[in-house]
Amino acid sequence: MELVCPAGNLPSLKAAVDHGANAVYMGFKDDTNARHFAGLNFDDRRAQEGIRYAHDKGTKVFVAINTYPQPSGWSRWKKSVDHAAELGVDALILADIGVMDYARGRWPDLRLHLSVQGSATNAEAINFYFQNFAIQRVVLPRVLSLKQVKQVAESSPVPVEVFGFGSLCVMVEGRCMLSSYVTGRSPNTFGACSPANAVSWNETPNGLETRLNNILIDQHAEGESAGYPTVCKGRFNVSGNTYYAIEEPTSLNTLELLPELQSVGVAAIKIEGRQRSPAYVAQVTKVWRDAIDLCERNPQAYHAQSDWMAALEKVSEGSQTTLGAYHRPWQ
Amino acid sequence: MTTRLPRLSLGPLLYYWPREDVFRFYESIADTAVDIVYLGETVCSKRRLLTPDSWLQLAALLKDAGKDVLLSTLTLLEANSELSSLRKICDNEDYMVEANDMSAVQLLSGKKPFVTGPAVNIYNSRSLQVLADAGLKRWTLPVELSKETLTSMHQDRPLGVETEVFVFGRLPLAYSARCFTARSHNLAKDDCQFRCLDDADGLMLRTREDESFLVLNGIQTQSAKTQNLIRDMNDFIDLEIDVLRISPQSKNTPQIIEVYDHCMHGKVSSEEAEELLKPYIISGECNGYWHGEAGMDSIGNNEQRGCI
Repeated sequence: MELVCPAGNLPSLKAAVDHGANAVYMGFKDDTNARHFAGLNFDDRRAQEGIRYAHDKGTKVFVAINTYPQPSGWSRWKKSVDHAAELGVDALILADIGVMDYARGRWPDLRLHLSVQGSATNAEAINFYFQNFAIQRVVLPRVLSLKQVKQVAESSPVPVEVFGFGSLCVMVEGRCMLSSYVTGRSPNTFGACSPANAVSWNETPNGLETRLNNILIDQHAEGESAGYPTVCKGRFNVSGNTYYAIEEPTSLNTLELLPELQSVGVAAIKIEGRQRSPAYVAQVTKVWRDAIDLCERNPQAYHAQSDWMAALEKVSEGSQTTLGAYHRPWQ
Repeated sequence: MTTRLPRLSLGPLLYYWPREDVFRFYESIADTAVDIVYLGETVCSKRRLLTPDSWLQLAALLKDAGKDVLLSTLTLLEANSELSSLRKICDNEDYMVEANDMSAVQLLSGKKPFVTGPAVNIYNSRSLQVLADAGLKRWTLPVELSKETLTSMHQDRPLGVETEVFVFGRLPLAYSARCFTARSHNLAKDDCQFRCLDDADGLMLRTREDESFLVLNGIQTQSAKTQNLIRDMNDFIDLEIDVLRISPQSKNTPQIIEVYDHCMHGKVSSEEAEELLKPYIISGECNGYWHGEAGMDSIGNNEQRGCI
C-alpha cells in the first residue's frame, strides 16, 4: 500500500518525504484546489523545488486541481493543469468532468486520479471516469463502510485510495453545500469550507461563541476547547436537545483497520491535512510508515500499537478519533 | 415575436411519507399545471413503503393525466444492492430517467437520453458538453450556482440540451453515510425505526439562538429556508430556461404550482405572486444562490418586476 501524504507548503513536503511518504500531494496558490487557504500551497518556484526534492528521494508528487471551475474561472484551471504537466508531476488529482476532459485531451500521457471531490462512491460511477478519461486511481469518499470499500475495490476498474487519517468530512465530498449556503463559498466553488473571512470568535458572558457569517455554530464554556466553526461540527438544537447534531469535532483514524484495508485490495492510504503544520505531517507520516511496513510484513501479527495511537490522538481535531463510516454503528 | 415560456416541474419527493399520503399527494398533483413530474426515492434506499411497482403505478396515473413523467435515481449509492435497484430504473423502457449521481449517468450514457438532477456537478460548459455527448437531454443547475454562471454557460449551451432551475423548496445541501434523523433519536442507522416518517417536512435544526437553520431529512441535510425565486421570473424567460422545478412539501404544493403558473402567464405580477406564496413558506425564504451570494441570503430587488 502506498502512503500518500499532505504537502501544504515546502517544509511539510520535505517532512513527508523525509519520514517515508511514497507520494505527496500539493496544490497551487489559488482556488483550483480544495485547500485554498491564505499562506498555503505552492508558487512556481516552490513547486519546482518541492518536486525536485521529492523526486531525488524517490517520492512521487501529485497535484490536486480538485475544485469545480465556473466559466469565469475556467482559464485558471486550464492553466493549472498545463502548469502541473509542465512541472513533470506524477499525477493530477481532478474532480470536474470538464477539467478532466481538458487534461485528457491536452496531456494524454499524464496520469489522472479521481479526487475525493469527484464524489464517486461506487464502481459504476468510477467506470464513467475510467471510460471517458482513463483515470488510473480513485480516491473514495469517507462515507463507505469497510464492507462497501471491499465491494467497490473488487469491482472498480482502477485501484482505490482511501483516507486513513485526518479531519473527517461527514458529508459526501464534492456534493456538500453547507458552507456556501452560509457564506457563499464552498469547497466546490472556492476551495475552502467555512472560509476564514466568514469566521468570528467572540468572548461573551455565555462563553466563547464561534460564528460563521453571523450564524451561531457553537458556544464554548470556560475550559472547553473551541474547534474551527464548520457547520457540520457545531452544536445545535433538535427536538429540544442541544448536541453535535451532525458530527463531533473529531478526526478519522483507521490505523486499527489497516490489515483489513490491505486485504480488501486498497492500493493507497491518504493522510488528510495540507492545512496542518510540518510537525503534524512529520508525526503522522512516521506513524503510518511504521504501521504500513509492519502490516505488510506480517498482517496477522499486526495491531495498532498504543504509542502510535497516542501520537495520533495528540494531533487530532478535538483530540479524539473515530473509525467514521468504515465502522457501521457510527452511521 | 412570441416568448417561449418555461414549463413547470415537480421535483422528486424528498421526504418519507406513508404510502397512502404519497398516493393522495400525487393524485392532487394530477390536476395541477405542472408539465413534468419526477418520481422515486432519491434520499434513502431503506425507504420502501412504496415498492418500484407502486412508483410505476403512480407514473401511469400521472402519465394518463398528461404529465411528462421521469424516474429519479438515488443520490448517494454505496451498496451493491443499491446499484441493482439503480440498474432496474435505468433499464426501464417507459420513462426517461433523472440521474442523481455519476453511476446513473454511466448506466445511461450512450444508451438513452437522460436528465441530471441538481446533485450532478455541472459547473461549466465543458462538463455540459461532455454529458451532452453522452446523451444528456436536460440538466438541472446545481443549487449553489448563480444566474451569472448560468448566463455564461448558456452562451455555448449544446444544441438540444434543456436547462432546469430549482426555483421553489427547501434546498438539498448535503448527503452523508450517517442518518441524522436516527442520530437525533439516539438510534443507529441500521436500527432507524423509520423515524423520518414522523416529520413530513423533515426535522428542524435550530442554532443555540433558536434560529431555524437546517432541516434533517435522514441522510440528507436541507436548508430550513425555502428557496423562492418567484421574483426572478423575468430572468428565467430572458435566459430561455426550459423548466422551473418546484420541490414537494407536505402542504400547499398544488397552490404553489398555481401561483408559479399564474405568474409565468402574467395573470399575477411577481409582487402579487410573492405575497400569495408567503403563507405556504414554512420557515423563512431565501434566494441568495441565484444572485451570487450565500444561499441563505434574501436579496431584495427594487426594480419594477412585472411578469411578462
